[in-house]
Formats: sequence, C-alpha cells, structure tokens
Amino acid sequence: MIEFITVSKLYPGGTLAVDEFSLVIPAHKTVVLVGSSGCGKTTLLRMINRMEAPTGGSIEIDGEDISKTNPVSLRRRIGYVMQNSGLLPHRKVVDNIATVPLLEGMNRSRARVLALELMETVGLEANLADRYPSQLSGGQQQRVGVARGLATDPNILLMDEPFGAVDPIVRSDLQLELLRLQRELGKTVVFVTHDIDEAFLLGDEVVILEKGAQIAQKGSPEQILARPASEFVADFVGTRKGKRRLSLSSQPADKAGEFVVVDGTGRPAGVLELEPGELLGAASKARSVSDKTAQAGDA
Amino acid sequence: MDFILQAIAFIFDPQNLFGEKGIVPRLGEHLLYTGISMAIALVIAIPLGLFIGHTGRGRNVAVASTSSFRAVPTFGLLLYFVLLNGIGLWPVVAVLVILAVPPLLAGIYSGLLAIDRRTIDAARGVGMTELQILRKVEIPLALPIVIGGIRNATLQVIATATIAAYVGLGGLGRFIIEGLALHDFVLALAGAILVLILALIVDLALAGIQKLVLPAGVAQSISGRSRNRDRKFPAGLAQLREG
Ligand SMILES: Nc1ncnc2c1ncn2[C@@H]1O[C@H](COP(=O)(O)OP(=O)(O)OP(=O)(O)O)[C@@H](O)[C@H]1O
Ligand SMILES: [Mg+2]
Repeated sequence: MIEFITVSKLYPGGTLAVDEFSLVIPAHKTVVLVGSSGCGKTTLLRMINRMEAPTGGSIEIDGEDISKTNPVSLRRRIGYVMQNSGLLPHRKVVDNIATVPLLEGMNRSRARVLALELMETVGLEANLADRYPSQLSGGQQQRVGVARGLATDPNILLMDEPFGAVDPIVRSDLQLELLRLQRELGKTVVFVTHDIDEAFLLGDEVVILEKGAQIAQKGSPEQILARPASEFVADFVGTRKGKRRLSLSSQPADKAGEFVVVDGTGRPAGVLELEPGELLGAASKARSVSDKTAQAGDA
Repeated sequence: MDFILQAIAFIFDPQNLFGEKGIVPRLGEHLLYTGISMAIALVIAIPLGLFIGHTGRGRNVAVASTSSFRAVPTFGLLLYFVLLNGIGLWPVVAVLVILAVPPLLAGIYSGLLAIDRRTIDAARGVGMTELQILRKVEIPLALPIVIGGIRNATLQVIATATIAAYVGLGGLGRFIIEGLALHDFVLALAGAILVLILALIVDLALAGIQKLVLPAGVAQSISGRSRNRDRKFPAGLAQLREG
C-alpha cells in the first residue's frame, strides 16, 4: 500500500506541480493516474521512488515514511518503467533487463537465464537477447523496459506512459499483455497516462487529475462513467457529448431486437442487442446498481 | 622540392639516426617529455573533468578558464618559468601541462554532458549509485569524446615539446633550433618533418583506440566523421570489444 499524505511539490522554477495531494493506493491493484499534459502525473510517480523530493507532506509505503529510507535501495525494490523506455544504449537487451540483479552481484550466467525468462514473460523473442536497444522497434524497447522493471520481482511497479510512443495496434497489444501479466503477478501498479481509454482498460481504480494534481474524481471505471463528479470529468471521459454518450439511432436494424447506437457526435458506434422488454429491465437493473455504488461511495 | 628530398635523405641516413645526438635519442627525449606532461595533465584533468561533467557544476568557470589558458603564449611562459626556477626539466613540463589540461578537461566534461539526460535519469531510477552511474554509464558513453580530447592535447604537446630544445633539453626541436642557428635549412626542415611524422603516428594510434572504445550499440559521430546509420555495425566492433 502506498499512501500520499497532503503531498506538495514546488519546483525551484516556481511551478507548483502538486498541491496537497492525498491518495491511498491499495496493494495488488492497478491504479491509473490520468490527466492532461502538465497536470503533475510524472511528478507524483517520481516522488514514490524518491526521484523527486516532496516539498510538503509525506509518502508512506506499507506504513513506512519513505523519506527515511535509502533512495538507492528503495529504487531497487520498485520497478520503474519510463516513457522513453530509458534503456542503456551501450548494453545488450539481456544486460539491460538484468541491470539491477547484476548491480546486486548476481553472476552473469544466472542473470542471463533470468533475463531470458523475463523476455518470455513480456512476449519478446529470445533471439533479440543480444541486440542493442537501437536495433529494436519502439514496441520491443517498451517490452524490454517492462521486463527490466520486473527483474527484481518488485511489489510495486511504476509505469509512466509506457506505451505512449508506439502505434495504436502495438499499444493495444502491450495493454492486453499487461492485463495478462497483472492477473498472474498481482503487483501494486501505479500507471500514468493521458489516455482515458487506456485508463479505463487497465485500471482497477482510475484517478482523474486536474492541474496541480488536484483530484477531479477517483473510482472504478464504472463508477466514473455512471456518476461523473463534474462537467470536467464528463467532458474528459466523453460522456457529455463525446464518444461515450451513446443513444439509439432512428435507423432501425434489419434484425428484430437490434438497434443501431450512435455516439455524442452522431457517428454510428455499434449495434445494441435486446430481448423484447429488456430495455426497461436493463434500465432498472442499472439504476439499482448505481444506487448501490453511490451508497458505497458515500460510506 | 630539393630541400624536402635532402631532409628526407638526412632522416634516413643511418649515421644521423643512431648517433649519440642522432634522431633516435632525440625522439626518445621528445616522447619522454610528451609522456610525462600528458600523464600529469591527465591526473589533473580526469577527476576535475568527471566532477564537472557528472554534477554540471563549475562548467562556466571551466569554459572561461579553458579559453583564457589557450591564449597564453607558450614560449613566453617557458621563459617566465626558467627565470623563476632556472633551467631544467620542470619548466618545460609545466608549460606542456598547462597546454594539455584545457583540451583534456573540455573533452572529459563535454563528453559527459553530451550524454542524453534521460539515459542518466533512467540509470538513477533503477537504483544505480552516483558512482555506478559514473562508472557504468557516463564513462563508457563519453569515452570516444574523451579520447578525442586526449588526441587534441597530445598533438599540441608533441608540437610544442620542441621548446625543450631552447633550454638545452634536446628533443626533436633540437634539429630545428640548430638548423635555424646554423642556417642549415635542411636540418631544420628534417626536424619539422620528424615532429610531423611523430604527431601523425601517435594520432593514428589514438584514433584506433577511439574506434575500439566506441560503445557497441551507440551510433554516434566522432571527430566530425559520422557513421553510416543504416550499417549494421556492431558485428565488427562488438566482436573486437568482446574478444
Ligand atoms: N524538473 C522540473 N523543474 C521545473 N518544473 C518542472 C520540472 N518537472 C516538471 N515541471 C513542471 O511541473 C508541472 C508538472 O509536470 P509533470 O511532468 O509532472 O506533468 P505530467 O502530468 O507528467 O505531464 P505530461 O503528460 O506532459 O508528461 C509542469 O508544469 C512542468 O512544467
Ligand atoms: Mg509526464
């Protein structure tokens, strides 16, 4: 469990990147911090492994104030996957993956075996083992970055827009891969993105941020969709006029019981299939669920 | 043309080569002064350059003092040291060290500062100590540029070590001074050619080393020659390094 307690970060230049931020990140869950550029996501993430020091408040991991730990050993037990993969250009894939185990004195042949296992875990062909980062595609580099983050089998994995720089098809591959991994590994993942689709896909809990890392809303994707806390959130997730505002089109489908659905801009979004009389049933079912989540949220 | 041929003939005359005051002992003196000066200059420049390059601190001071040191007239400096301390080895070495430190320093800190900040940030982020970042990331990546600085400094020192002859310490400069004093231009020219050849050979050797230390996996241009980016280069280089 990671706990932010009224954390602030004022950069030397005078930017207040994070303003009294408080959040509890539960263990073994994926929490996604999402928000537009410059709202302080990276700063939040980098305070967890002491790559940045808060100028106010404190951060605890499992109840321990991290400002009292040794930053190097803290970083070695937290996996960190960077936006630009951050691989060392002069080291082969296997040596990049095994960077920390090698620092900790693991012998080279064991480190290689470990790295090859991790390559399989993240879906990299073993024949890439002896390549250099410059000889890999962007997507492959990101996978190496993830494998390196997993190399010490850390409890916590920090991921800063890890799939931001790859094309949409590769990105969705990587996202599915991460979901599979997370089902197997059950790490505490803090994932940063500015892509709300990615946030909803990956997050057990999603935290929507405004400038200064102000929390606009936090909750499960369903909770946020069902009850956006503000117009800002509704706009951000696209339920106000965007692609998540769905309605039935006047165009009837050929098959009985099927309806064409359009999004907020009037573009066809798909086909809705309903048993006769289900429309009403679905509506009332949804209402009772949303009441329950509302109660849970209030409690 | 005639002078040059005569000078070359002088150089290859066995009598001139191995005599007591011949080319080979003079060459030995020249290399000795160059070696001592470079060694002392490296001992000064390496820790200082690594500190400036790693921390980024003192960089402006370094740049400013580097360029002002370059403007110092070496011959005047030599006379000054001789007046201070009398004739001997150390005035010569001191002048050469002062000449060599700025390009060495510049090579070291600019080599370090040229590394992508994100690479260093990543190394710190996975849990390297500052010393490990220096040893395992910054130095290997900076080495080609650092050796470029060593090449610069060595060339200047070899060329300038001719001043040793002015204070009676020999070296290849001896031929030049003697030639000028005796109006024996062939002799002076032979001296100049010898310095040139020595400089070329040493530079070639250092260029070879520079190629060897180019980290496999890093395509970067060294001393103005850019590598062909499409070439699958690690084949040769990587094997050399591993072998
Ligand atoms: N090292 C720094 N020094 C000064 N200001 C900084 C520094 N790093 C970030 N900032 C500022 O702090 C604010 C938050 O930056 P941060 O990198 O955390 O944003 P972000 O949400 O990660 O944005 P993006 O989505 O573009 O990566 C920005 O206004 C940024 O300019
Ligand atoms: Mg960021």
